[in-house]
Amino acid sequence: MLRFLIRRLLTGLLVIWLISIVVFLLFFVFPPNVAVELLGKFGGKNPQLVATVTHQLGLDQPIYEQYWHFLVRLVHGDLGFSYYSHQQVTYLIGQALPKTLSLAIGAAILWLVFGVLIGVLSATRPRTIWDRGATVFALTGISFPTFVLGNLFLLVLFFYPKQAGFTLFPPSGSYVPITQNVVMWAYGLILPWVTLALVTMATYVRLTRGQMLEVLGEDYIRTARSKGLRRSRVTYRHGLRAALVPVITQFGIDVGSLLGGVIVTEQVFGINGLGRLSVQSVVNQDEPVIIAVVLLAAVFVVVANIIVDLLYAVLDPRVRLA
Amino acid sequence: MSMTELAETTTPADGENQPRKSVEGRSPWQLAWARLRHDKVAIICAIFIILLALVAILAGPISTLIGWTRSVPDPNGTSADGLPLAPTGTHLLGTDELGRDILVRIIYGAQVSLVVGIVAAVAAVILGVVVGLCAGYFGPVVDSILARLMDVVLAFPFLLFAIALVTLSGPSETLEILVIAFFSWASVGRIVRGQTLAIREREYIEAARSLGASDLRIMFVDVLPNLIAPVIVYVTLLIPTSIVFESTLSFLGVGIVPPKVSWGTMISDSQPYYQVAWWYLVFPSVALILTTLAFNLLGDSVRDALDPRTERLFAARKK
Repeated sequence: MLRFLIRRLLTGLLVIWLISIVVFLLFFVFPPNVAVELLGKFGGKNPQLVATVTHQLGLDQPIYEQYWHFLVRLVHGDLGFSYYSHQQVTYLIGQALPKTLSLAIGAAILWLVFGVLIGVLSATRPRTIWDRGATVFALTGISFPTFVLGNLFLLVLFFYPKQAGFTLFPPSGSYVPITQNVVMWAYGLILPWVTLALVTMATYVRLTRGQMLEVLGEDYIRTARSKGLRRSRVTYRHGLRAALVPVITQFGIDVGSLLGGVIVTEQVFGINGLGRLSVQSVVNQDEPVIIAVVLLAAVFVVVANIIVDLLYAVLDPRVRLA
Repeated sequence: MSMTELAETTTPADGENQPRKSVEGRSPWQLAWARLRHDKVAIICAIFIILLALVAILAGPISTLIGWTRSVPDPNGTSADGLPLAPTGTHLLGTDELGRDILVRIIYGAQVSLVVGIVAAVAAVILGVVVGLCAGYFGPVVDSILARLMDVVLAFPFLLFAIALVTLSGPSETLEILVIAFFSWASVGRIVRGQTLAIREREYIEAARSLGASDLRIMFVDVLPNLIAPVIVYVTLLIPTSIVFESTLSFLGVGIVPPKVSWGTMISDSQPYYQVAWWYLVFPSVALILTTLAFNLLGDSVRDALDPRTERLFAARKK
């Protein structure tokens, strides 16, 4: 168990390290002209000024030296300064992270719970109207790009009611910190949560259904039924537990790519979280911020995958960690 | 599992439902085709996709027929305040903020969606199959290197990376296809790797090797045919994913470059106007959703049709 954890942490660090190199190389292959951009019309044409700023930013050093300095600072918990706002990257991320976490955690709970439930319901009633309905619902969800669903929600659930004279849901850009007012926090996040959850949920419905159909056909399920256990107990305690393993795998992957979904959702609903921060920094070619966000996202993926591997052992007694 | 084996295990189970018919020998492909042909949803989706492809190919002549072009605005195409016009007889689906016909632009958008979606999906599957085969076939050293590589790709916040790459190097359709393919192959690679690991240990692979077959031959002649079914399913399901990916990149402004039109760009452009011009947001959205939905439903049916266990599972549960 401990050996497993150590090995996974080490391979995780390896993956993160490789990603940091890839991002660094990207800026090496397509070097943005940061100094010229920063100086703008005041000094962008003055080669001496440009050279000074480039030197100050350390961008005149060879790439491996820049990378080494970056690593040394990273180990000390310092991610550098944004080229544009001149604020510490750790501060910028600290500002954005709670918003993204609020959005992500709420949506993840929604899609996991409802996705699995709908999947179980349709697997226990295969080829009925319920099953067909769940399939169509799931595939419709997969087919909706996040930004389409979000915009249509805003049109139908915010704008039309507002036009009709009552407020059903808040417009884009109504995020309130949870520390300020819990109710308003949740109210402002309902549409983003539902949008993100619906788009992702479909995979879980399909996966749970397929797995449940397979598991429910196994011998130990028949045994459990024939020794007189209630159907619901067999379905949820015996069946679902085994069927959840691939669902959890998918969950690990999705939490990893969540930053992708969050970028679009934050864009549509005007939430200034990590997604928007990253898009802004990419547009500004604000290298320290981009690297920090990418690394943070990679850390999430790695940690999520380790947790998933641990959960396997909890869910399926046949799995041994080694 | 080899194909002949699938056929053997399927036929007796089918026999319980249709005792007379299944006596004649049918290949798994014939069985799959028979199942697919009777799936009404699949047929409707296939017809929709074929029609869409025709519309995309004939976009030029069709827009001439409609009377508007992709990029040249109708001088009377906006209201007196410069706002988009609602659907009328002249502009069947209304106009955008520049006075361009939305129907014509949606038709041209179909070209981009289909080309990017299909090319990227096929490229991703080819790459995924080759890497997955190598990882599964060539033993622990190659496997662990390639598996790490797949981990890195899967752990990458791909949308962010895509935006960064496109911002730094300038957007283009080719780059968009490459980006989508590059971030889609790893999941295919994982599946193929897993299957290859299992198939590699079977007796007929050993037999092939003892007959002196080369590694390449074993990989592509003996292993690959067993993977055709999941690969086909992956292609049909990756196409809608790629279409969504394309429209998302275009929505974020890092995809298709004008004069080409992407539905994602149209939806993004419509955002400031959705409160006064619902048609501008709704029609491109509907086009996008119907297309991805058709591919997804078709892919789902193809998966059911190709899975020899589908019939057996339900037959077993009916009892």
